Amino acid sequence: MRRLLLYILLLLCAAVEAADAAYGDQKSEFRSQRSEVRDQQLDSILREFSIDEVEVTARRREEPVIPVQKLDGARLEGLSAQSVADAARYFSGVQLKDYGGVGGMKTIDVRSMGTHHVGVFYDGIEIGNAQNGTVDLGKFSMDNIEELALYNGQKSEIFQPAKDYGSAGTLYIKTRRPKFTDGKNYNLSVSMKAGTFGLANPSVLYEQKLAENIHLSASAEYTYAHGRYHFRYRRVLPNGDVAWDTTAVRQNGDVQALRAEVGLFGYLPEGKWHVKGYYYQSEKGIPGAIVNNVWKNSQRQWDRNAFVQGNYTQRVTKGYDVQVNAKYTNDYMRYLNPDTTLMYIDNCFTQQEVYVSMAHRLAVVGVKGLVTHKDVNWDVSLSADYQWNYLQANLANFVYPERSTVLAAAATQLYWKYLKMQASVLGTFIFDKIRQPTIAMPTAYKQRPQFTPAVFLSYQPILSEELFLRAYYKRIFRMPTFNDLYYTDVGNITLLPEYTTQYDGGVQYDKRWQEGACRAVSVKADGYFNQVKNKIVAIPKGNGQYRWQMMNLGYVEIRGVDVNASTTLDLTHEVLLSIGATYTYQKAQDFTDPNEITYGGQIAYIPWHSCSAMANLSWKGLSVNYAFIYVGERYHNSANIPANYEQPWYTHDMSVSYELKIKNAKCKMSECQRMYFAVEINNMFNQQYEVILNYPMPGINGKGIVRIMI
Amino acid sequence: MKKILYIAMMSAVMAGCRKDVVVFPAEEEQKGEKQISEVTGFYLLNEGNMGSNKATLDYYDYATATYSRNIYAEANPDVPKELGDVGNDLKIYGGRLYAVINCSNKIEVMDAKTAKRIGQVDIPNCRYITFDGKYAYVTSYAGPVSLDASHAQIGYVARFDTATLAIDGQCLVGYQPDELAAVDGKLYVANSGGYMVPDYDHTVSVIDIASFTETKRIDVAKNLWRVRADGHGQLWVSSRGDYFDTAAKLYCIDTKTDAVVDSLDVAVSALDITGDSLYACATAWDYINYEEVVSYAIVDVRTRKVVTTNFITDGTETQIQKPYGIKVHPLTRDVFVTDAKNYVTPGMLHCYGQDGLLKWSVRTGDIPGEISFVYK
Repeated sequence: MRRLLLYILLLLCAAVEAADAAYGDQKSEFRSQRSEVRDQQLDSILREFSIDEVEVTARRREEPVIPVQKLDGARLEGLSAQSVADAARYFSGVQLKDYGGVGGMKTIDVRSMGTHHVGVFYDGIEIGNAQNGTVDLGKFSMDNIEELALYNGQKSEIFQPAKDYGSAGTLYIKTRRPKFTDGKNYNLSVSMKAGTFGLANPSVLYEQKLAENIHLSASAEYTYAHGRYHFRYRRVLPNGDVAWDTTAVRQNGDVQALRAEVGLFGYLPEGKWHVKGYYYQSEKGIPGAIVNNVWKNSQRQWDRNAFVQGNYTQRVTKGYDVQVNAKYTNDYMRYLNPDTTLMYIDNCFTQQEVYVSMAHRLAVVGVKGLVTHKDVNWDVSLSADYQWNYLQANLANFVYPERSTVLAAAATQLYWKYLKMQASVLGTFIFDKIRQPTIAMPTAYKQRPQFTPAVFLSYQPILSEELFLRAYYKRIFRMPTFNDLYYTDVGNITLLPEYTTQYDGGVQYDKRWQEGACRAVSVKADGYFNQVKNKIVAIPKGNGQYRWQMMNLGYVEIRGVDVNASTTLDLTHEVLLSIGATYTYQKAQDFTDPNEITYGGQIAYIPWHSCSAMANLSWKGLSVNYAFIYVGERYHNSANIPANYEQPWYTHDMSVSYELKIKNAKCKMSECQRMYFAVEINNMFNQQYEVILNYPMPGINGKGIVRIMI
Repeated sequence: MKKILYIAMMSAVMAGCRKDVVVFPAEEEQKGEKQISEVTGFYLLNEGNMGSNKATLDYYDYATATYSRNIYAEANPDVPKELGDVGNDLKIYGGRLYAVINCSNKIEVMDAKTAKRIGQVDIPNCRYITFDGKYAYVTSYAGPVSLDASHAQIGYVARFDTATLAIDGQCLVGYQPDELAAVDGKLYVANSGGYMVPDYDHTVSVIDIASFTETKRIDVAKNLWRVRADGHGQLWVSSRGDYFDTAAKLYCIDTKTDAVVDSLDVAVSALDITGDSLYACATAWDYINYEEVVSYAIVDVRTRKVVTTNFITDGTETQIQKPYGIKVHPLTRDVFVTDAKNYVTPGMLHCYGQDGLLKWSVRTGDIPGEISFVYK
């Protein structure tokens, strides 16, 4: 398989011809006399400072009420991220739970409220997991990702499905949309990545203009890695002598995965539509915890995720827009423990989800509103969603839970000169149905309707300066998952929803210059206070071993500060330097039980200090990137005692890339074929660290990338 | 602003660099009163949650009234990854301390005076240990797996020589065997069938020690766990029940006839027999009210009657979240009750006088379980 793809790649190299993939961004303000390459780089860098993509139906460029953290373009490419999880670590306020390796599970936690409170959206529609409520971001490859955007609270937008209001923090993953430049009607990109851990990762992307207003995108990717890497544990005596020093090879971390996607994008007068099919399947080893006398595990997992989704957005009349979203998901997971020293387990789970949504927006007052006004914009919106989830499993006494969720949201947005505000309320109604088991599990879960509000404010004291003061309040919850409620013997149907309340105040300042060395500066800072109430935790139960019960026991308070700063410098001789940094301080305390040692303790795996930095130096097609992550000291339990202490860790990653344009007589329209080469070295100083106790992370590792774009 | 950020970042980095990790030092606390007697101290084995590799050993010294937490690494600084994952059983025999480390698939053998490592015996999924003559007997879940779809896995008892630490025999028993006891040339093994839910095992295997073969099965009740001999030729066997319809109970077997002679409505998580008193603590799950029902019982083994269902007399049982282990001082009759809390935070050890009044409490490691007294 690998050999074949390499061969294809070589063949393609030999046949290099014509044209360029559409990297340029149509809305660039900076396009002009400058060189193309630099223009594109500047563009993608400066997009960080500019606003969201202009909607077909949008009336004017608007700063969002609540700013977003975005990674895209050159900055995203410079991060050497293999999966979405690797890139999401660079956002402020985010903690990544990483079990290590290419196939290891990776989830994110935004502002310490827990992974369950992070909504993950793929091309506009949420990726659900009714079974356990978390999304493994390690499964999402960066290969065809154009942009990652993280919103605290919710996306600063009122024309959206009700679901988009339903999480405490939201990560939007946006795949590449076809763009055709200068009369070209197709793009082809073939790439091969290979590196340590036996990584072989070929991918292909094809885009075709079927008609002037219908574009096709198809992509496929195969990932293989044996996943072996050396790790080292070392202890010293108080006098500094080595007590023991062990190096071993991480075993059973192999992974093979296939991803295929097809998308159709349609553009209408005053409207657009988008249909996407997604298929992913993988088999991987679960490397497991490294404990005394056990250096190898043999558990395995198979996943198959498939979905079809679509969006249709249309302006109906002046000031009135409608969008419809729909999705069907079918997810399969099999877990096998063949190790005869442990309990034999071979469990299969199949989840299905049907989702439909309709959202309406009415521009009441505004330039293009029902009432025309130059300075005031007032929109109202209504959206309603219906979702059906069903879980099947081959477990004893399984209840085959089925859930219908109705979500309704009303939102309004008011822009008036210095002031922008947005308010929304979300109603959630759930109806569960279970197949009565033979054992004493009473009835299906019932929960009264929940209504949760959010208010966002932004104030711009001086209209000519991009200085914003902002604040928000949001209350939201997560419903207990199927596992929380119905997992055989563990589930508890008396659970209440787990609530989060967020208070945030912040300031943002952006400045851009058309000339001079310093082209852009952006600084954002936020202080926040979050509460997590009725936190669902597993407590041991009854008379026996490892028997747990889910309970609403936890209460956590989080006080934090997120700071982001970035700048772009135009050094002489077409050299551009872009630097970004984030810093996060979090005091996330467990206030569950005043009688316990854990009371007031920092919750598990949340560092007080964490930060990231990235720098990108580019000159013509050459680009040098540096990325740094720092996670400060933590405890692996809210009992903050020495036995639970975890060391800080920090990694330095470097990459060098070069994009080569091949001039050719046949390429008339100024766009050419391009080749892209990159070499990445991650964890350059070979730090031996763990993110999660007993899950050693890889030391120094590297990767090479070749991509051809026709 | 950028400068401030830079300084803040750099200072955070400087203050938070990685250092060499020093071998865990033991932590000491003064607890209780000094006592000089035949019993010089006790070890407590903390189980540690699965996958945490946090099985740890604590020691209480009566001569100095000092509780030392997490002593293994200090006594054995050269052992990679310390004591291991999930400490399930702890016993002293012939001057040696044996710790059964379930998920590390080994029995750690240490000197009972110093806790210095002597060696280890590798037995996969090992559960409990007992001794007879020069041999140690260990139950293991990891027997042969049936080839049919049930994947039922029979358990076994392994025998090793306490002098050479060499395994020299295996005897197959029931499904998922837990505790075992040696009485008059026979081994009694409680088979749980814990992997077979809801088709639990319900038998005690009887092994003839001389021939090391299973001679019979005694049908007792679902999901057996503890098995202890008293001084009257009786064996006390606990059943966990099935957590739903069948409640946890305590059964009595006459070792002369190998017949079940009595059953008591006493739930048992942990038990200890001293003299004629059987001390048992338990938590049972109430599915109606979704809460734990906790009991601290004493049974008179002669009369086979429950003396009390709560031997704690000062109301301090409300401080105990999850009673997990119990042990009675052989001379003073002080009762030690461990509290495993929520399994992931440090537990507590409580010392009660014979009168049921709390004497002292101390923080332990995660999931404190078995206790073993050290004699002079």
